Amino acid sequence: MERIHWVRHRWQQLVATESGRGRYSAPAALPTKSSPVLHNTQQLTGKRRTVIARHGPYQHEYHSISKGCQGNGIRTTKYSLLSFIPMNLFQQFHRVANLYFLFLVMLNWIPVVEAFQKEITMIPLVVVLIVIAIKDALEDYRRYRFDQKVNNNIATVYSGKQQMYVDQCWQDVHVGDFVRLSCNEIIPADMLLLYSSDPHGVCYIETANLDGETNLKQRQVVRDLPQQGSELTPENFHSYIECENPNNDLSRFRGYMEYPSKARVGLHNNNLLLRSCTIRNTETVIGIVVYAGHETKAMKNNSGPRYKRSKLERRLNVDVLWSVVLLVIMCLTAAIGHGLWLRNQKEASFLIPDTTSPALSGFYLFWTMIIVLQVLIPISLYVSIEIVKLGQIFFIQNDIDFYNEYLDSRIQCRALNITEDLGQIQYVFSDKTGTLTENKMVFRRCTIAGVEYPHEENARRLEVYEQEEDEAKGRSHTLKSRASAKSLSCKSLSCNRSSVSLHTLTGHSEGEGEESPSPILPRHSAFSSPMEKDVVPDPLLVQKLNCLSSPLFLLRDASMELTYIVDFFMALAICNTVVVSSPNQPRHVVQVPEVSCTPLKSLEDIKMLFQRFGLPRFSTLSPPHTTKSPRSFTRRLFARGKAASFTPSPSPTPTKRGQPHEEEGEHGSWKGEEDKMLHLNPGAWSGLENSNGAQGPPGEPRADELIYEAESPDEAALVHMARAYRCTLQGRSLERLLVELPGMGSMAVRLLHILPFDSTRKRMSVGADSVIMDLAESPKGAEQSDGRQGHIREQTQKHLDNYAREGLRTLCIAKKVLEEEEYEVWLKRQAFAETSIENREELLLESAQRLETNLTLLGATGIVDRLQEEVPETIEALQRAGVKVWVLTGDKQETAINIACACKLLRSTDQLLTANCGSKEACKALLLELRAEVESGEAAEGTSGFTLVVDGRTLDFALQEDLKGDFLELSRRCRAVICCRSTPLQKSQVVRLVRDQLRVMTLAIGDGANDVSMIQVADVGIGISGQEGMQAVMSSDFAISRFKHLRKLLLVHGHWCYTRLANMILYFFYKNVMYVNLLFWYQFFCGFSGSVMTNSWVLIFFNLLFTSAPPLLYGILDKDVSADTLIKLPELYKSGQYSKAYLPSTFWLTMLDALYQSLVCFFVPYLAYAGSDVDMLSFGSPINASALLIILLHQVIESHTLTWLHALVLVGSALFYFSFTLVFSVVCVTCSPPTNPLGVDKLQMSQPLFYGVCALTTVLALLPRFLFHALRNSISPSDTLKAALMDQFNPDDYCRKMQRWNQTQAQSKARGLVINVEDSDIKIPDFILPKELKECSAATGSVLS
Amino acid sequence: MMASNYNAKEEYGHQPGATGHGGAGTMTNKKPDNTAFKQQRLPAWQPILTAGAVLPAFFVIGLIFIPIGVGLFVTSNNIKEFAIDYTGVDMSSPCYNCSQSYSWNSTKSCTCSVPFALDQPFESNVFMYYGLSNFYQNHRRYVKSRDDSQLNGDKTSLQSPSKECEPYRSSDNKPIAPCGAIANSLFNDTLELYYIDPNGSRTAIPLVKKGIAWWTDKHVKFRNPSGNNNNLTVVFQGTSKPVNWRKAVYELDPSDSDNNGFINEDFIVWMRTAALPTFRKLYRIIQKKANNLTPTLPRGEYILEVTYNYPVRSFNGRKRMILSTISWMGGKNPFLGIAYITVGSVCFCLGLVLLSIHYRYGKRNNSAEISS
Repeated sequence: MERIHWVRHRWQQLVATESGRGRYSAPAALPTKSSPVLHNTQQLTGKRRTVIARHGPYQHEYHSISKGCQGNGIRTTKYSLLSFIPMNLFQQFHRVANLYFLFLVMLNWIPVVEAFQKEITMIPLVVVLIVIAIKDALEDYRRYRFDQKVNNNIATVYSGKQQMYVDQCWQDVHVGDFVRLSCNEIIPADMLLLYSSDPHGVCYIETANLDGETNLKQRQVVRDLPQQGSELTPENFHSYIECENPNNDLSRFRGYMEYPSKARVGLHNNNLLLRSCTIRNTETVIGIVVYAGHETKAMKNNSGPRYKRSKLERRLNVDVLWSVVLLVIMCLTAAIGHGLWLRNQKEASFLIPDTTSPALSGFYLFWTMIIVLQVLIPISLYVSIEIVKLGQIFFIQNDIDFYNEYLDSRIQCRALNITEDLGQIQYVFSDKTGTLTENKMVFRRCTIAGVEYPHEENARRLEVYEQEEDEAKGRSHTLKSRASAKSLSCKSLSCNRSSVSLHTLTGHSEGEGEESPSPILPRHSAFSSPMEKDVVPDPLLVQKLNCLSSPLFLLRDASMELTYIVDFFMALAICNTVVVSSPNQPRHVVQVPEVSCTPLKSLEDIKMLFQRFGLPRFSTLSPPHTTKSPRSFTRRLFARGKAASFTPSPSPTPTKRGQPHEEEGEHGSWKGEEDKMLHLNPGAWSGLENSNGAQGPPGEPRADELIYEAESPDEAALVHMARAYRCTLQGRSLERLLVELPGMGSMAVRLLHILPFDSTRKRMSVGADSVIMDLAESPKGAEQSDGRQGHIREQTQKHLDNYAREGLRTLCIAKKVLEEEEYEVWLKRQAFAETSIENREELLLESAQRLETNLTLLGATGIVDRLQEEVPETIEALQRAGVKVWVLTGDKQETAINIACACKLLRSTDQLLTANCGSKEACKALLLELRAEVESGEAAEGTSGFTLVVDGRTLDFALQEDLKGDFLELSRRCRAVICCRSTPLQKSQVVRLVRDQLRVMTLAIGDGANDVSMIQVADVGIGISGQEGMQAVMSSDFAISRFKHLRKLLLVHGHWCYTRLANMILYFFYKNVMYVNLLFWYQFFCGFSGSVMTNSWVLIFFNLLFTSAPPLLYGILDKDVSADTLIKLPELYKSGQYSKAYLPSTFWLTMLDALYQSLVCFFVPYLAYAGSDVDMLSFGSPINASALLIILLHQVIESHTLTWLHALVLVGSALFYFSFTLVFSVVCVTCSPPTNPLGVDKLQMSQPLFYGVCALTTVLALLPRFLFHALRNSISPSDTLKAALMDQFNPDDYCRKMQRWNQTQAQSKARGLVINVEDSDIKIPDFILPKELKECSAATGSVLS
Repeated sequence: MMASNYNAKEEYGHQPGATGHGGAGTMTNKKPDNTAFKQQRLPAWQPILTAGAVLPAFFVIGLIFIPIGVGLFVTSNNIKEFAIDYTGVDMSSPCYNCSQSYSWNSTKSCTCSVPFALDQPFESNVFMYYGLSNFYQNHRRYVKSRDDSQLNGDKTSLQSPSKECEPYRSSDNKPIAPCGAIANSLFNDTLELYYIDPNGSRTAIPLVKKGIAWWTDKHVKFRNPSGNNNNLTVVFQGTSKPVNWRKAVYELDPSDSDNNGFINEDFIVWMRTAALPTFRKLYRIIQKKANNLTPTLPRGEYILEVTYNYPVRSFNGRKRMILSTISWMGGKNPFLGIAYITVGSVCFCLGLVLLSIHYRYGKRNNSAEISS
């Protein structure tokens, strides 16, 4: 689990543009090794890799060193041309089914047992092997084509012979090669960035090919290279690179480069260009390849598909075992019968004389019968299931409703064999952030210096957006849902242990509408929707800020508060890793213009200026504008304010850290906890822009045209918010940030250090110059509580609590002033931490924590993490479908409950049970108490359900061995369970507990690395692709882009896949039993000798060719109820949960029916031909033909839909059979002894008796099933059937009936007639209507609401 | 297996375009096609089997099956059939002696005369069958024991028959023609039919021995080696007769070269193995008289002259002689007619039941579909 934390953390670091603000030249603390490099290498081989330039000065060493490295060519194919057949066969014979086939073939080679000709028994095996082999070969060929294409991409590589860069195929690139790349080229291998055309040595890459994220990430040239730019040629490249061996950790790269001068520079992930990423915004880069081909991180991450066994398949295997039992019984019967029969025959002329005793003959016959009756074990079923699942996946992937236009992504089916599990889900475990919510943050409100700025306009704006969308969507019930959501703003739920009906809480809701989550319009590119960008400023705050630029503003009035405000905004604008670009060149990053000839006043002058204002110490400088600027005064004022912001903070004194009451064990909301540090150093205010910075140089876009690309949505939200107050982040370069402040124009801030976000620290710091500001969710780290600061802290904490209760994500912003010496000391230790290869993480953490103490709290922000669109509807639909939804989140309890209310997991009628306890004993008592409460509540009328809220600590107790029974018993009775503050480990424990103890089908859905474990544990794991990297998607079975897709995926595709596959499997069993029994009945008339009355080719082909296509089509295309109805009536999903389509009883009924049909199919022709001169094959001909008709028509009866495709395949199968037998009976003169069919079928089909027999047999055989269906459907139709009936009505009737259905369902629940008392909400669910129904639905909706 | 493809696609999906002109614009559009097939919206017929929907089918089946059944029943009843068992199990039976004394090895033929009477005259062509009971011609090893290539006139197979023929593959180091157990057990009784005139004189009834085998068997499947029917002795030189046979294959019908050797029709009929242990095989055809005035077989006394060669007592077999006329639907079998009438009536009755069910439940289903 730590690993996942860690991976996530490192992933953040990967994308963070930390960019080595520190100097990594070996600090004095590090002993410089003087031993020769080569010696060093030998020492470390096995653990590390050494790379030197391929065409560089050390040619000999190159060859010895790079022996172990792979070339850049990739081969993802499993087979080569030569190895295909043996390898593929070897793999295929790993399946039990194929081994069984092989066993049968072998058996047929034993002369005494032989039933058919040898080649005939081989056919099924050969066909199956060939089908699978062709499939494998095609896939492999496609992979080969991909490989070829990739391998033959062209890259510009330095050639030692020609002494210049030449074009080469990717596959010819080797470790140690120098590769030159231009803008928009794809990186061919993992390489170390040595040169960038960017003056700051920066290069931007887009990792979309790797993880789907489209924002740019910054990469940094290795520090302090002896040669730069044009100098950089392999011939002169004397440095050694030492790095880790290839691994699959995308976010980590450790190593160092040793220069000829023996100086060492640490290498980091941000020096590494990853294969298959794209170079952006940088004209030329040169890198040296360190990992190539399969050793690159991209390839190492390319994991194969996942194989899980579905519940249905487990059920199926049981029935296959039953089939085996049946087979053995039948063979035993025949064997014993044969023995007895043989004993009674003496000297018959039809007996071939031999000395075998009857008992031995019986034994031999047993095996013969196994060959004859082999199809009873539906081996072809496994192949068919595989094909059907591929077909189902094809349709799932092609569903246009799963297409996300803005990400241009479809659903990804990563597991190919659990489609039907989607139809049987009983528990859904969902992550909150990024899954239920957008994980796109919108600024909502803030508090600065203890004063709350509610931003009511902003709240109204957010609601307007919602309403617009609601109207656009024609939804009629939003008002209602919003009202209920509002009424549920559960405020006072932090009580330690409470069971409060949410009714009582409605009054606590604050006046201003807390946003009801509702779909927001998808945006064209990440972080650019107006919703996020346009923040309406709070008038009070604007007024205060305006003081700055007002000429009437007097210095004396410059309150402390104002300085806090300015610092606050500075922090928001600066403390982030946002990349700024302009819309007209979206991929071109706005750079801070070079400061060259700015008429800088000396710093001393400026210092003097501040000192005149009586400031004891100043820490920042206003940008020295030319005196011509009319705003110079205000600027000066600002500067004063700015400076003032730092003055009140007492000189940093070490204080003890750690505040137990805010201990955070949480994980999910890591984004909310950022720690920003603005470090302003008076001596370092070097980067100041020219006087006209506000207007900007020609190339610089205007502020309102800027596009911010942030890796974390919180950052973007804050930067946008700051911009709304005209504190605009205008550009970013490696070392400077360009910030515009109100009334002051632009100024550049020099960045010293960024401590990136870290999930253990839960903060991120930016160091610039010499004052430190801090921003975190809790005021942890800001300990000074004396005087004013104490008051601010108190107030802020109060506001923070309020925000959390509203479901806002909160951030605290703080600062710290740092002495230069202090910084120097810290920097040294930081550099040491950074260059060390082992223990680096621990050292870095320690180093960061040293810096992040003694902070001064400035204020806090509240950010709305908006619900994704249609989340409430989806959850409601799932609950109506009988699926229990649990939310497992790392968030705080208040936030979690609030989101649960918003997404309608909690209803106004629900009883809320909260379990927070500190000890195991308390937990046990609590569980029992709550359970008693639930039981009494269940007896009483009125409440619709209970919702359990558990926090992480309590969960720990509850998951222990002796309490988990109680916990499960309690949670089983609750309609929903919310686990907050839960760790990834707990998430997976909960899922495992429910899955194993309750024996239910579970589904876990999440988007982040913290959900990986839970996704892997659940029966079905679903990853949400989008904001948070790819870990969840990589480990999931299905990857979708929105939570709402879950509804259609489960209710429609799950239902379909399950019923289709279940029906197809039953049909397969039926088909085999029915056909095989015909042969079995014949044994009673041929002395149990294993004779068959059919041509053996027809016999084998019957299953393989004549009746194989229809069930496949049936399994892929059958639709019992239309998609619309399935979505509108989620109750229909329950049939899958209870496995109604494939119960043991269904199986045995099917078997009985098959037995009956085979009896009819055999004995009607028997009686019709008894005593006549019919020969064996002529007798078999009508039996076979009617069996075919029965089997095909049986499917017609079982099918719910018949399209032209079905007709084609059914008619085609029948025609194929008849034409095959006819042609065979004409052409085959001496073939296929002893069942030579010459003339048989031709003659039979010319006789009326044949047709008379076939017609009677078919009708009589299908009569019971037909009748059964008719009676059941008329007398007690299933819900599914009723829904299917509704499908057939015209739109008006349909609409009316749909409404009535929902009402009746609700009424029946109110009367308590239905066991399932979960859903009491009489409401037309929201769904995508067919066009003609839209109006009618809107009408009903309004009537009902 | 498929998923690895998808992975590959994901990783490299952007590359082809990106190398050329780069940028986000070259992203391939992954939007699925909005076609009826891919979105599973193909127009479909949805058969929902409710009482109302299926009851017409029941009536239709009933109305069609009953007349067919009646027709079949009448047809079957019009067929005249006579069978007589001549196995000679009873002491009183004329063939008792022959059945007792006989074994495969005896060379002397035994004859017996079985008198019988026909109550009704047989008009039109009469087919004469011999019937065997408890004779498992469909036994697996028996059925296999033949060589179709040999019977098709293949010279190599003639000289070295298939292994399937064992142990009837060779005798005296010579290959057996025709080989195998089926041929070896060829039915070799000779049946002759005499009409006893009311005045007591016996008239032999002409029995046609050709046209009893399938056309395809006679002309395609069975052929004498090299097709030379005139001098079969030469053709079959170097082969030996099946052990149970008294004469070689080329002596089966010396009178008619077109019916001799492998293409002897009695032989061909025997080689088509019967499906069930009680079976009949066509033996002769009694052609309808040229003048339509007298029936083919008039009422009266007959004598069946049997040359009793074929032993069946050892396995409790029975031998019969059957005389039968045939119709368009084959021989006499009342089963099919009765079955059709029964099924038709049952369907009709079920139709009525369903009708009442439809009136009882169907209304509810149509008006309010909910039954909670």
